[in-house]
Amino acid sequence: MTAALQRGVAGFLARYEGLRDRLPGDPRPRAEAADAFRRAGLPGATSGRREEAWKYTSLRPVADATFQQPVAHPAGDSRLLARLPPLEAPRIVFVDGEFRPELSALPASLDFARFADRAEYGRLARADSEPLVALNTMLAEDGALLSVPDGVDAGLLLLVSVATDRAACHPRHLIHLARGARLSLLELSFGDGSYLHNPVLEVVVGDDAALTHVRLQNEAPTAFHLSTVYAEIGERGEYDSFGLNLGGRIVRTEAHVRLAGIKGIAHLNGAQLLGGTQHADFTTVVKHDAPSCTSRQTVKNVLAGRSQGVFQGRIEVARVAQKTDGYQMNQALLLSPDAEVDTKPELEIFADDVKCSHGATVGELDADQLFYLRSRGIPDDEARSMLVRAFLADALDAVTDQAVRGVLEHAVEGWWERQAA
Amino acid sequence: MLEIRGLSAAIEDKPILQGIDLTVPQGEVHAIMGPNGSGKSTLAYVLSGRDDYAVTAGSVTFDGRDLLAMAPEERAAAGLFLAFQYPVELPGVGNANFLRTALNALRRSRGDSELDAVQFLRLARAETKRLAMPEDMLRRNVNVGFSGGEKKRNEVLQMAILRPRLAILDETDSGLDIDALRIVADGVNALRGPDFSALVITHYQRLLEYIVPDRVHVLAGGRIVRSGGPELAHELEAKGYAGMLTEAA
Repeated sequence: MTAALQRGVAGFLARYEGLRDRLPGDPRPRAEAADAFRRAGLPGATSGRREEAWKYTSLRPVADATFQQPVAHPAGDSRLLARLPPLEAPRIVFVDGEFRPELSALPASLDFARFADRAEYGRLARADSEPLVALNTMLAEDGALLSVPDGVDAGLLLLVSVATDRAACHPRHLIHLARGARLSLLELSFGDGSYLHNPVLEVVVGDDAALTHVRLQNEAPTAFHLSTVYAEIGERGEYDSFGLNLGGRIVRTEAHVRLAGIKGIAHLNGAQLLGGTQHADFTTVVKHDAPSCTSRQTVKNVLAGRSQGVFQGRIEVARVAQKTDGYQMNQALLLSPDAEVDTKPELEIFADDVKCSHGATVGELDADQLFYLRSRGIPDDEARSMLVRAFLADALDAVTDQAVRGVLEHAVEGWWERQAA
Repeated sequence: MLEIRGLSAAIEDKPILQGIDLTVPQGEVHAIMGPNGSGKSTLAYVLSGRDDYAVTAGSVTFDGRDLLAMAPEERAAAGLFLAFQYPVELPGVGNANFLRTALNALRRSRGDSELDAVQFLRLARAETKRLAMPEDMLRRNVNVGFSGGEKKRNEVLQMAILRPRLAILDETDSGLDIDALRIVADGVNALRGPDFSALVITHYQRLLEYIVPDRVHVLAGGRIVRSGGPELAHELEAKGYAGMLTEAA
């Protein structure tokens, strides 16, 4: 192993050793996760070792970074609240990975518990095969355990995670929707300085239940955001997710969704807007394990500067999953000759009566469209911005809640202003 | 107002325009007719600032300013408008938003205050009605799913709202039935006056029945080979381009 890897992995392991007697819950899964993490290390940080799942993304910069125990924050730091979107909705707020009741407004229509009080791991996320899940399982100190009872529509809920300089946070969230339940979850991550956000979410959508999961990743430009979602969808259940990646230096959002019951639906849509030297990797694995399920993925990349966007999408159709309808589309708009996009679609189909398609396009702004706008008097930069918004528009249309989409549109405006500056 | 002197232009080293001389005085409507491949559309694009054409010789001034030195949006701000032969589709861009952005960009460049959404819609609805266009055209994405005739009418709608001082209509009549042609012509005629000039590019004399030009120029082989009054269009119709070009040679 290289010195850099030893430093990075050793740092996290040392933190675990230091904390292990104070970490909540059953120590055994943590010990196993620590072993797995010690063996696997951080993907890409070991020279000469390449993993297919991490073909385009190296976590060496994470291994090379140093994190430290964040200083305790004064209670009631309401400046944070000013950075939240003005939505009339309950919110659960974490700062540097710790639940902050004084900043939160707890929901009435669902059950909430802290991971710190009741450390429950779900049965979906696999520490033995996913190094980031191992890291999270080893070090998770807090998180949200959310449960929506049978038939309840819990409305909109904000799940907010804020980090400060040098923090390494590993929130562990567990979201359970019972039969016929509904929830619209807007997850926001942001912060200041160089820090690591490494959340793991386990999601169970029961029969006839529906979860809308919108994620706005707007981290500081020097931050790392590595998130992993594992979801399982029951009969006629629906998991409708949209991830918008705007911030961060190295980003990976990985989602594993298993359609476990007949006629389930999974939407894994998203967009990444990158500039400078940002790197963001949108990776999905959809498992069709039951008949007549539908999966849809449209992921759009807008890449400026020397940024790199990655989309890896894998659809696995089991032998029993007849009448599967799977669709995957990845589109990239390159705003600079130095930007790069890497796309890796994979279809693995064992059933014979399925409809699965995928496609990818890469392009620059259309010269005819640009000229048309300018010929009407619209200045070049404004015309470019209009065309980028237009490119994004049908991706954002997948977010049907007007208020939530407004939050995303506002964030896109902010991204655009930062690029123009 | 528009002065073209010895204009030559090429695309990918292939010369298209070979020394055009043309003057359009303020308040006049001139027609340019010519066979396919004579350089009509190239002239329209060069005047509006499309950068895939290289100007190899000559000059163009617009109100005394060097038009060729200006960016396309500066030409629009100066009062130039090109009605495209093939209007571009803009998926994801609403027609009303597009028009308002364009109008406000022009107003800004002239030091006028911008119109808010309500003021703009009032104006746009009135013009839409005048051009006998369905109002939902404003709500749709720019030219997406429009028929050929609707696209052309959308060009005229833009022109009516942006109020150029010089409009170049590049085969706006192609693909129009007689009713649409009349509506388009009415739209142009409504703008006619001492402060409006137009360069009407067409292959057929038909449009000129409705938009009667002050002067007609025949373009062939990248040059103006003949100029005359409106009667020249009728002569062309009678003799055909081939007949006239043989005579001119």
